[in-house]
Amino acid sequence: MFDLTGKKALITGASGGIGAAIAKVLHAHGATVALHGTKVETLNALAAELGERAVVVPANLSDASQVEELAKQAEAALGGGVDILVNNAGLTRDGLVLRMKDEDWSSVIDVNLTAGFRLSRALLKGMMKRRWGRIIGITSVVGVTGNPGQVNYAASKAGMIGMSKALAQEVASRNVTVNCVAPGMIATAMTDVLNDAQKEAMHSRIPAARLGSPEDIAAGVLYLASDEAAYVTGQTLHINGGMAMI
Amino acid sequence: MSDVAERVKKIVVEHLGVEEGKVTEAASFIDDLGADSLDTVELVMAFEEEFGIEIPDDAAEKILTVKDAVDFITSKQA
Repeated sequence: MFDLTGKKALITGASGGIGAAIAKVLHAHGATVALHGTKVETLNALAAELGERAVVVPANLSDASQVEELAKQAEAALGGGVDILVNNAGLTRDGLVLRMKDEDWSSVIDVNLTAGFRLSRALLKGMMKRRWGRIIGITSVVGVTGNPGQVNYAASKAGMIGMSKALAQEVASRNVTVNCVAPGMIATAMTDVLNDAQKEAMHSRIPAARLGSPEDIAAGVLYLASDEAAYVTGQTLHINGGMAMI
Repeated sequence: MSDVAERVKKIVVEHLGVEEGKVTEAASFIDDLGADSLDTVELVMAFEEEFGIEIPDDAAEKILTVKDAVDFITSKQA
């Protein structure tokens, strides 16, 4: 099950906790992986750890031309078209609406949503031609439930779900599936910044009574990337310990 | 039929899986040959590859029939 031998994957934000776990699991199941991120040293270390079938492709996703370039670089470094695109890169610029600057809004939308659109557009042609492709967006539980202080982040993640559903309908007949994975509270650098009271409050809302691990998320991505999930498209797989049952 | 027309016809037959006889000059990809909008995008991609040309979006929108495709490609090659 879940054999990805010969498949080529691009994972954005692979220097983060969830992105790295996704890269590792896809690689372990046979895929050749292109690791995107902004922290080159972290990416190089991950590539070294993985050994063969791993390349590093840094880029700033808030820059449209760099995103276009990334698509080309990834295909050149992988030695062929990208079969599996994981739009995982994301950032937060939290704040109450009344205090949120335009820049906080647009930088989150640009990286979390628009970059995924641009990469999908650039890599779709090849997937359609090869009659096989997987586009997987890492969204968030807050894209569905909302969260105070995160209007920009929640909007970007809800946008990703809507975009995936529309795109899934466009390309389903070409055996290209488009899905999302929606993590709940996962132990990563992004959630480390929360204070104890915030963490405690989150904990009390999770029936599984623990934070998720990046590997919990990566397992869902592996499934959606596999041949076994060929009939799953336009869906959002919620991995959140029961925090929200949607 | 010109060489360009022959090659265009071959691509259309292969891609849309239609009988050769149906691919006349006047045949519309969508109305006569059963293409959907995604098929037309893929046909344009296939033409670009076959003839080593670029077909911009505004030109692609006007390629509705076999003749449209042949004319556009011929004009690019001239």
